[in-house]
Amino acid sequence: MDLILYEAQRQGRISFYMTNAGEEAYIGSAAALEPEDEIFGQYREAGTLLYRGFTLDQFMNQCYSNDMDLGKGRQMPVHYGSKALHFQTISSPLATQLPQASGAAYAIKRSGKKNCVMCYFGEGAASEGDFHAALNIAATTSCPVIFFCRNNGFAISTPANEQYKGDGIASRGVGYGMHTIRVDGNDVWAVYKATQEARKIAVEKHKPVLIEAMTYRVGHHSTSDDSSAYRSKKEVEDWKRHDNPMVRMRKWLESKGWWDEARENAHKATQRTAVLKSFAAAEKRKKPAVSEMFNDVYDKLTPNLIEQKKELEELIKKYPAHYDTSNYAKEN
Amino acid sequence: MKSHYAAANSPPPAEGFLPGVANSKLIKHTHHDALRNPELAGVANGETKKMNTFQAVNDAMSIALATDDTACVFGEDVAFGGVFRCTMGLSEMFGRDRVFNTPLSEQAIAGFGIGMAAMGSTAIAEIQFADYIFPAFDQLVNEAAKYRYRSGGEFNVGGLCIRTPCGAVGHGGHYHSQHPEAHFAHTPGLKVVVPRSPIQAKGLLLASIRDRNPVIFMEPKILYRAAVEMVPVGDYELPLGKAEVLTQGTDLTIVGWGAQLYVLENAIQLAQKKMPGLSVELIDLRSILPWDVETVCNSVNKTGRLLIAHEAPKTQGFAAEIATTVMERCFLRLEAPIQRMCSYDTPFPLVFEKFHVPDMIRCAEGIEKAMKF
Repeated sequence: MDLILYEAQRQGRISFYMTNAGEEAYIGSAAALEPEDEIFGQYREAGTLLYRGFTLDQFMNQCYSNDMDLGKGRQMPVHYGSKALHFQTISSPLATQLPQASGAAYAIKRSGKKNCVMCYFGEGAASEGDFHAALNIAATTSCPVIFFCRNNGFAISTPANEQYKGDGIASRGVGYGMHTIRVDGNDVWAVYKATQEARKIAVEKHKPVLIEAMTYRVGHHSTSDDSSAYRSKKEVEDWKRHDNPMVRMRKWLESKGWWDEARENAHKATQRTAVLKSFAAAEKRKKPAVSEMFNDVYDKLTPNLIEQKKELEELIKKYPAHYDTSNYAKEN
Repeated sequence: MKSHYAAANSPPPAEGFLPGVANSKLIKHTHHDALRNPELAGVANGETKKMNTFQAVNDAMSIALATDDTACVFGEDVAFGGVFRCTMGLSEMFGRDRVFNTPLSEQAIAGFGIGMAAMGSTAIAEIQFADYIFPAFDQLVNEAAKYRYRSGGEFNVGGLCIRTPCGAVGHGGHYHSQHPEAHFAHTPGLKVVVPRSPIQAKGLLLASIRDRNPVIFMEPKILYRAAVEMVPVGDYELPLGKAEVLTQGTDLTIVGWGAQLYVLENAIQLAQKKMPGLSVELIDLRSILPWDVETVCNSVNKTGRLLIAHEAPKTQGFAAEIATTVMERCFLRLEAPIQRMCSYDTPFPLVFEKFHVPDMIRCAEGIEKAMKF
């Protein structure tokens, strides 16, 4: 999915994309959760949505901002969200989700449900004030939340040694009085196990936990980035060769006799076909109706929005060539 | 007529007490006066109790907590009762898991509240002074305001209400006097409300808590003890997005909100000495966002003249938005330029407060200017 959508952006078919290359083992953390554990992500955790059953169609519809996008075309690609799958909609500002995760966990605790919140972020976002705010209040108010840091070595072009001088992100957890673990982020089973234990602490003891998963961002930050501008291709290739989470998983499966090259090729082929099929279907669909621009600002339209909507309708009628709505769904 | 300000050389009263409010005709001093209000029809047969503004706010939160199991009240120092006593007795009555202290971090308070509301709970968050709301600005503007819209309606934080004391108090200086409604009025997705009295504060706060959108409720702190009314003890709400015409008139429309209304009341009295028979329509805007364009424009179409006054600085203050909208809709009806009486464009100065704010003299001058154009 990542490869195809990245190329789609390069071809101008979607406006933006971000890949998960090099960090795929975080899916182990998704596997250790219950379906109703609420996820607050940053933007590089689409695998957790995939794990929970977000369909390829749903991914594509969001990336294409079409009329089937759950987000109604309002945000850039990869800003997924799904109430049904308990995955809070992604927003671009970094680390804002952290204190929200604390509050959401508090609400879960009060409800009596045996669930937790899973909050993902990168080591760069951990420099934001919201990181400090979130961990501190999660600790003082005893929230069942797992803070999962993907330390992938880069915040766009800024390497980790320009991001912090302390012992990574894990050292900070201790400062907040929080159970903390650092884990090999490219070992899917280590990630799974750490999350499983963290979840037990969170749900049974109502205490927050910090997990720092050490990994490496193989891909560029996003389609707006070319990382060869700040790191050598050799460094990237070395990582892909020496510590590749997908290769490690595959070799482990092969060692168990549960996987082989034939299966690998067959799986790749079927997945590729499925992705391309969803992709083509999403591309063909129209964008949401223009009137959707005015909905959901509030629960109901306010007088100013009703007026502005009317003004736009008249403009569109007056200049149909300039404000061509043929690519947008018809109004209800 | 009593002056609002002590003699130039004496220090301002310790509580920043505003003598004018106690004598104001806008305040409902009796049970019957209070219940004459058609907006209180739902509690017209009920009891009223003498309450000041912090007691009314307290009462509203008590009702909110009693009627909504998911509701929590949190912020700095709320557990012992709050620095302005707004949360007195609440943690004892509802428990420390529902009324609790947070660490000293406004961004934590706002983010935490958003997270709670995102899960469908009611989050009543307190920011101790509106002057300190700015660390929470990102959470409020980029997150709370956009939560429903950006998710296509999958999620929302309708259960979030941020309460914060605001406004001049006589000795607050830069950081205990701000009235920052204009900063938030520029954010689609938020609602902003400013009450003028105990009855209004209780009803508007209950409405704000229960409204299905994130609301910032700015409480003019000078009114916490200065304003005392007979407040209905029942559960009632007042409408958001609706202004209230306090006095009807034909010569001039005056729009204000919060504590400024009492200054305006006195300014009108001053002006009527110079211009006997002057008939003024005084409007309390109540909601800054969304604001009641219809009520204000209907009034200006009747009177042909408008004066807006607010404590916040003049340039890019909310009066600019009102003036422009009225100009757009009532252009041919206007008999005089719209007057804006606001604080001067400086940070709020301690020793110069009396010169800085739009006091009754300055507002009376503005009235004269509007009438004599």
